[in-house]
Amino acid sequence: MMNLLPVVLTAIVGILIILSFFIPHPIVAEPAQVLQDWAIVIVASGYVLGAANVYKINGEAAIKQQKDWIYKWVLLGSMTGMMVIGFFFSGGTQFLGDGSPFKWAYDYLYVPMQATMFSLLAFFIASAAFRAFRIRTVDAALLAVAALVVMVGRVPIGNLMTHGLPESIQLPTMANWLLEWPQNAAKRGIAIGAGLGVMATGLRIILGIERSHMREEA
Amino acid sequence: MAFGDTLEKVDRRWIFLVVALLVVIPLLFPLRLPLAVSGPARNFYQAVEAVPEGSIVVLAGDFDPASAPELMPMTSSAVRHLFRKNVRIIALELWEGGPPLVDRILHEIGDEMGKKYGVDYVNLGYKSGREAVMPSFGNSFSRTFPNDYSGTPVGKLPLMAEADNFTKTALFVNISAGYPGTKEWVQQVQGRFDVKMVSGSTAVQAPEIYPYLQSGQVLGLLGGMAGAAEYEKSIEYPGPATKGMDAQSSAHMFIVVLILLGNAIYFSRRRANR
Repeated sequence: MMNLLPVVLTAIVGILIILSFFIPHPIVAEPAQVLQDWAIVIVASGYVLGAANVYKINGEAAIKQQKDWIYKWVLLGSMTGMMVIGFFFSGGTQFLGDGSPFKWAYDYLYVPMQATMFSLLAFFIASAAFRAFRIRTVDAALLAVAALVVMVGRVPIGNLMTHGLPESIQLPTMANWLLEWPQNAAKRGIAIGAGLGVMATGLRIILGIERSHMREEA
Repeated sequence: MAFGDTLEKVDRRWIFLVVALLVVIPLLFPLRLPLAVSGPARNFYQAVEAVPEGSIVVLAGDFDPASAPELMPMTSSAVRHLFRKNVRIIALELWEGGPPLVDRILHEIGDEMGKKYGVDYVNLGYKSGREAVMPSFGNSFSRTFPNDYSGTPVGKLPLMAEADNFTKTALFVNISAGYPGTKEWVQQVQGRFDVKMVSGSTAVQAPEIYPYLQSGQVLGLLGGMAGAAEYEKSIEYPGPATKGMDAQSSAHMFIVVLILLGNAIYFSRRRANR
């Protein structure tokens, strides 16, 4: 009984949500909307669990002075600092208002730090391009040629280099062709495969065949 | 070989320095390289252009500061283009780090173009729940977002009285950096609520959108800073993306040279070893 109840509930909820995609009548739409509201609350609760997990994992490592423990103190200190500023020193629900300390920390700490982390990618890509991108096989050669055409064809210098040539062999045209046809065919194949997989897994869960999420074997 | 050995052992900080110079110098001294508008970017422009004056458009800004240099220019251009056509905007965000960025764009361009908050545009702000928020939002804007970004009940905002779901809107503009983003909006909302949709995304994510572009589920696509620059050219308002394209051109060319150089060394060494 303890195991049957979650399976039955999963089946009812799953079928209701699927039906709501096709039947807009309130008999189906209203309960589906309520379930979606619950789903939003459950996902939001995940943030609380996530924060607790960060404290637990990094807190232990920091206290035991494991590898990179100093950075874990920085992480915990920054996270706690942002929360304290947001909860207690930024006007409650108006914490994102102009001039609030939380907004200041967002604008002048969070934004530049995130942008910096992402921009470092450019430097590492350049370094990796030199050291790691080796054409060892025919497949790698095809990949390299496609990458070079797209990289140059998607920026103005590609346009400048080939604008005197017939349009069909200009770099921007070739880059767009690669994106729209060969790349698209591969992406569509992957998407269809993934979609079929999701549908099969969903059906297995709804029908109670797949129970690994309940720590049970199928 | 000796030259190849020297190059291969070069301290990577020299490569970092060259990348930095190749990015900074064109930003300071623009080369103004000619820019061609690609088909997907032209379609994005035309989809916005086709929106009737006075109608309502939903704009979802699903990104955070990491992607801001790529996505903020296209968000600004889309807002400017829509406001120029007197189209009203309902904005929302599903990434926790991004709402102040979208809010800043709406207010800056709104103030510049004499638009009034609550009447001409509304920012509903952030809702946690990721993909789960999308179908709920499609069913009812006000139920999913009872308050706007600054906590004002949406019932007090005149614009929100005119549209509570996608049936009263003319277009859905999604600017996204990943999950949840365009792919999920297509899967959860576009077909189900019969929404006309365009997308702006990071260059890394853009190839993911192409199948939806070709099927007509997404009407137009701006891919990365290049897409943003093409859109700026289309609306005849050059901005930060146009400025950034020279820097991106030089950085891309440098990476191409590095790939070719790295492989030239690799092949010469392989031949010597035989």
